[in-house]
Amino acid sequence: MKQLMSGNEAVARGAWEAGVVFGSAYPGTPSTEIFEAFPNANYEHKVNAEWAPNEKVAVEAAYGASIAGVRALAAMKHVGVNVAADPIFTSAYNGVGAGLVIISADDPSMFSSQNEQDNRHYAEAAKLPMVEPANSQNCKDYIKKAYEISEKFDTPVIFRMTTRVCHSKGVVELGEREEQEPRAYSRQVKKFIASPANAFVHHPELEERLKAMAEFNDQSDLNEVIRGDGKIGVISSGVAYHYAHEAFPEGTSFLKLGMTWPLPEKLIQDFAASVETLYVVEELDPFLEMHIKAMGIACIGKEKLPVCHELNTEIVRECIFGIRAERKELNTPIVARPPALCPGCPHRGFFYTLSRRKDAVISGDIGCYTLGSADPMNAMDSVICMGASLSAGHGYAKAFELSGRKDQYVVFGVIGDSTFFHSGITGAVEIMYNDGHVIPCILDNSITSMTGQQDNPGTGKNLFGEVATRIDIEKLLKAIGFTDVLVVDPQDLKAMKKTIDDAVAFLKDGRRPAIITRRPCLLIKGIKHEKGLCKVDRDTCIGCKSCLRVGCPAIFMKDGKSNIDATLCVGCEVCAQVCPVQAIKKVEA
Amino acid sequence: MSNVHSILLSGVGGQGTILVSKILTEGLLAGGYDVKMSEIHGMAQRGGSVSTQVRYGEQVDSPIIGPGEADVLVAFEKMEAVRNSQFLKPDGVAVINNLEIVPLPVASGKVEYPQGLLEAMQANFKVYSFDAMKEALEIGNPKVANVVLFGAMVEAFPVLQKLEWEEVIARVVPEKFKEINLLAFRKGRELVSHQ
Repeated sequence: MKQLMSGNEAVARGAWEAGVVFGSAYPGTPSTEIFEAFPNANYEHKVNAEWAPNEKVAVEAAYGASIAGVRALAAMKHVGVNVAADPIFTSAYNGVGAGLVIISADDPSMFSSQNEQDNRHYAEAAKLPMVEPANSQNCKDYIKKAYEISEKFDTPVIFRMTTRVCHSKGVVELGEREEQEPRAYSRQVKKFIASPANAFVHHPELEERLKAMAEFNDQSDLNEVIRGDGKIGVISSGVAYHYAHEAFPEGTSFLKLGMTWPLPEKLIQDFAASVETLYVVEELDPFLEMHIKAMGIACIGKEKLPVCHELNTEIVRECIFGIRAERKELNTPIVARPPALCPGCPHRGFFYTLSRRKDAVISGDIGCYTLGSADPMNAMDSVICMGASLSAGHGYAKAFELSGRKDQYVVFGVIGDSTFFHSGITGAVEIMYNDGHVIPCILDNSITSMTGQQDNPGTGKNLFGEVATRIDIEKLLKAIGFTDVLVVDPQDLKAMKKTIDDAVAFLKDGRRPAIITRRPCLLIKGIKHEKGLCKVDRDTCIGCKSCLRVGCPAIFMKDGKSNIDATLCVGCEVCAQVCPVQAIKKVEA
Repeated sequence: MSNVHSILLSGVGGQGTILVSKILTEGLLAGGYDVKMSEIHGMAQRGGSVSTQVRYGEQVDSPIIGPGEADVLVAFEKMEAVRNSQFLKPDGVAVINNLEIVPLPVASGKVEYPQGLLEAMQANFKVYSFDAMKEALEIGNPKVANVVLFGAMVEAFPVLQKLEWEEVIARVVPEKFKEINLLAFRKGRELVSHQ
């Protein structure tokens, strides 16, 4: 049976067909839809898929399941691999029980990421085999082969995807599930205890394993050779192969690599010898190129192709052949359309209120609320990575104290509920343990929203939507030692302002305040939201533009007066509360 | 890949281009084509510019459309038509929803919503334009504006007409919305055939 599937859906299908029993992931674009696919009724709950609180936990949980004898899967976005790097590197030394595949979904061009790191380097650095699909069919087929490699060579496998592979849909031929017998379990101290003495033995074994895998790769059907006329040859992998296949002329030979670490050196040498001129077409870093050049093979790569941002057929064609497709370029000016907090977003009231405080230094975090940094609220000083708000905020506050500027600033660490569970808890502990003067603000919209409303430890539901234990953020903060945990509805601006003022007063009083803003994201399905509609009374409106300062996409100025787009407004009344002449009223409840 | 056709759907996050791309790709697949479709998830979905790219033919390599390559551009908002116009073939056709969604820099009064967008498109390409929301309201549900646009696209790009779109729509949309979506589809075709 054939079906149109995204790479993510195809990976989930492949894992299901491969008999995977346990999976763990943390949502992150472009990887999220892999695990969202498992509750599909056709899969009969045979893959016990879980949202972990973070990527490190996900890999450790999957690794534990592998050691215990069942095929296991972990998935994350590229920066998630940074979080999970610790167990990944050690798992290479120890090896696996049943097959273990770790998916890294990279984001060239940063459609929804803070950097475009090239995670192929992780395979080399961690000494793990790496498989790279180029399209949806590859995704389904290669994941099954990745499990075979994992078990054949006793190693986890990195399965590296990119945004275009994850989110593009293509035709996939489906197969059936092949159940795997669980491996007999016995305690294997020398293998699985990562002590220095054991690691000392494991490292040389690992080097031998890499050599064996390189030889295996020379023969592997994950790589494909397409013979041309022998003049031009291209080595490529991932979606870049498809761009090259379109851009290069008929007669070009291709070596499409499906397993890109350890490299099939003999296959590459033979291919290079069969063509007059060799190109390497790859996205981001010159990973293949550097290794091919190190083998003493001349090739053309990044001297022609860009290192930054994703490739496409057009870029390959233009950079290598100087051919530019005919197009019309209109000189009509247009306006950028940056993303914004949705109308009715519960974060709006919080950021508006905080933006009014001139002494606020706001250490931000990763999530929808990163948009609090945008015009017109401009309510953020830095965003680094998942969980950094509280810990970096601690550093800010210490620096201000140590350099005599303590009275000029109040430091707020701003983090969402899911990100708090991910890696904010340790930052809260840091603040408490090291006497930090930061006000942690947990923006609890009761979901992981940016990635498309996934459940998390605070929502009371698991990945399958079943009832799960709800971890109480308030109790957690109190247990850490915060003396005044102030819970507020951020949409009530008076209460929001009082809460922030109270927290600042408590902090200055030597107490340990924290704030939780609590209101569910309007995009959560299956719960009842209070929606309505606000309207501007044009006779009362004085055109002062105060309402524009809340940055709502539904509000715009026309003929000097404020207007509300009825198709976008949900009646949250944040704008109504900032209007100095009460010109905005809720007209529908 | 001269046998590959490209269709670009562009709009604003939350406008619901998903149903249209689903109908389109299901129909093409049923028609025996190789199909690839690419879309963007994540941050851009929060009110930013979004696009869905569909390529189909005997065998499709790249899932994304290059400049000057799209046979058809369907813009769910008119500024998005201009933003994506460079992807349209010089002799390509555009179906444009005559709708303004103001981006935040306009809403906040920093800049004006640009004028002359439709005119610029019309001066350069073959353009079909109408207010899809109004047409959908006349049928009875503003939510089928997207299927009105889809119908217009099928009429504007004759290569697509040999496929059984009404069957595909009936299969893809929930039973209780079947009739209204079929009406919307026919309305869209009419709007183009009468222009």
